[in-house]
Amino acid sequence: MIGNPNTGKTSVFNALTGLAQKVGNYPGVTVEKKIGLLAPGIELVDLPGMYSLAAHSPDELLAARVLLGEHDGEPRPDLVLVVADAANLQRNLYLTTQVIEIGLPAILVLNMIDAAERRGISVNTRALSRILGVPVIPTVAHRRLGIAELRAAIHDSVGSPPPRPSWTLPEAIVRERDALASRFGANAYILMRALIDEGGPVEQFLASRMDGDLRDALAEARARIRVSGRSPAAEEAEARHRWIAGALETTVRREERRKSLSERIDNVLVHRVLGLPIFMLVMSGGFISIFMWAVPFMDLITGAFGFLGELARRLFAGTPLQGGALESLIADGALAGVGGVMVFLPQIVFLFFFIALLDDCGYMARAAFLMDRIFRAVGLSGMSFIPMLSSFACAVPGILATRTIGNARDRIATILIAPFMSCSARIPVYSLMIAAFIPARMIGGVLPLQGLVFGAMYFVGIFAAIPAALVLRRTLLRGPGSTYLMELPPYKIPSPRSVGIRIIDRSRTFVRQAGTIIFAMSIIVWALGYFPRPPEIGRAHEALRAEARLSLDGEARETRLREIDREEAGAYMRNSVLGRAGRLLEPAVKPLGWDWKIGMATIASFPAREVIVSTLSIIYDLGKDAEDRREKEALIGKLSAARWPDGSPVFTIPVAVSVMVFFALCCQCGATLAVIKRETNSWRWTALSFGYMTAIAYIGALVVYRAGTALLA
Amino acid sequence: MRLNECRPGQIGTIVGTVGNGPLVQRLMEMGVIAGARIRVVRLAPLGDPMEVELHGYRLSIRKAEAGVVEVSI
Repeated sequence: MIGNPNTGKTSVFNALTGLAQKVGNYPGVTVEKKIGLLAPGIELVDLPGMYSLAAHSPDELLAARVLLGEHDGEPRPDLVLVVADAANLQRNLYLTTQVIEIGLPAILVLNMIDAAERRGISVNTRALSRILGVPVIPTVAHRRLGIAELRAAIHDSVGSPPPRPSWTLPEAIVRERDALASRFGANAYILMRALIDEGGPVEQFLASRMDGDLRDALAEARARIRVSGRSPAAEEAEARHRWIAGALETTVRREERRKSLSERIDNVLVHRVLGLPIFMLVMSGGFISIFMWAVPFMDLITGAFGFLGELARRLFAGTPLQGGALESLIADGALAGVGGVMVFLPQIVFLFFFIALLDDCGYMARAAFLMDRIFRAVGLSGMSFIPMLSSFACAVPGILATRTIGNARDRIATILIAPFMSCSARIPVYSLMIAAFIPARMIGGVLPLQGLVFGAMYFVGIFAAIPAALVLRRTLLRGPGSTYLMELPPYKIPSPRSVGIRIIDRSRTFVRQAGTIIFAMSIIVWALGYFPRPPEIGRAHEALRAEARLSLDGEARETRLREIDREEAGAYMRNSVLGRAGRLLEPAVKPLGWDWKIGMATIASFPAREVIVSTLSIIYDLGKDAEDRREKEALIGKLSAARWPDGSPVFTIPVAVSVMVFFALCCQCGATLAVIKRETNSWRWTALSFGYMTAIAYIGALVVYRAGTALLA
Repeated sequence: MRLNECRPGQIGTIVGTVGNGPLVQRLMEMGVIAGARIRVVRLAPLGDPMEVELHGYRLSIRKAEAGVVEVSI
């Protein structure tokens, strides 16, 4: 299945396959492929939306290769469905004619035929079918109209002879193509694309597989075509459009209608003056409601994982394994780690609901239109807006959203700066540090200092992203300035079905990730913080317990015993691999004003940033449940009481701010790095994002600490 | 005149495109070819990019890139 963007391709796909679909990735390319079952044993593969097979992007090269059966591991298809917007045939038939030329049985699906009729466009499908040489099936996929007919047509067309195009490309191109095909023995269609799309991926791909002769032969062939003064690309485009205009003249009737509803909506939504304020309102309204609606569900998930942890402990109670490594692995490692990330699922579901809604109705394209000028200032385009927006909830869906960006350099630049947006996992870190060390003072009697610092942390990320994007775009990702060419589709009412399927799809991806990568990382960090456990520590604390039991009773005894438990946990932690690593690391974090405990908590928070709160509380000999308000106050007290060996306090305002700045800027998040690896398919970019963000975070924390200390001195 | 010099509301006929390369090829594929009618619908609130209508659909394009399209009013 192939088609232009905004043709309702996804609706057709959903109508044909229902929920019998899965998302995969083509090995070696980051293009997502969706596969659904049409019927048992018959697979429908959804190729990325595109305007032409002229390969300028990896998506287009991939589509061409899949259609030609030249993609490894993917058999040549038996049939191609070309989905087109019935109201927009002049442009949609461009890709259609290219696909038909490939020589596979094909069906043209004229989708959204109802919208076309409302706009006064009527298509004689039978005549169009005759001219194109393939069946033409009108559908309204989101209402499942025409789907039965489409199924029947698919059934009839498989195995039928390939269509014979009734159009011809300019003679010069055909001649050069045939000459190249007979000389190099490669597929004629691929050679034609290499000939026309000068410098494109097809040419590079072929040149890497054949010797230098091909490049020279292509250059000579192009020079011969240019004798007429026109480029091969222009020859192709004009020939196709000329033929399509002629074909439409006899098959499409249009009567002029007055201004469409879409146009009237746009007169308000992208209005010169009102456009940006409305946009701000939509975005902030959306975000506020995401956070509000998600809270009860997040509490539910926290509760559920707390209950599971409790259940695990209860199962172990009374067995010889009580208080042992296995119990800790399940309760503190696996459940706490996965639960800490799963808690964000409601936010992600609501965020994707919001994004799918805006996208489906057509407003997203306008958002990019409104924001392009701003993004261009840093070398990106309006297309980067949505991913950045998503990253405020969590960088993982934000990075997934970069798939809509066509330009590969733009896409990587966006992936590399998206984690600078302060995600929701930073909130626990900010709120702990602010509550502990930023005085609850009013500045000038009106501005709350704590709130200001909280807001400032968001801006630290945004302001770091700007130069980062500029530098990346001028160094590693240097290339032609990002182009922006985007269709603004007419507004339509979102289809609940496609919004629902998208949310389910994304949530499934997220849960799978939490279930695999985050699960594994939680266990690794748990093990590093748990082992080794020298028996002397246990013996020493057992002796203290015995002493307490003898000398104290009642409430005092219970309190003392709990205190001993915490001290024991702390002692084990200091002795663990992680604890030793923290001490080893101390010289590196000392310039930031940090002691080894903060350094260690930073390492431990690698799977997810919010882990720093629970790690600090373990290290400072408190229970893990710093979420509990009383416990949190106790943690704040302990943190304030922490002293360097010389007696000076560890946590000062500059230290607290330097911790926050570090966490605002660093890429210490296993899930984000895993997703970067998957989406860029490169360890280099993954290592770079970890490395450069950590460096910026370090420098930022250093500057803040030094400047702060100097100011207070 | 060039497309980027057109004001919102102006309707013209495309005369041709200047230059080669991926951008021009993409524009031609999208239907920016000699003889097609094109209407400038509006500019974005910040003055760039511009929204145009051709072949019955809407396309947004930056002014800098619209500069390669020649139109006659």
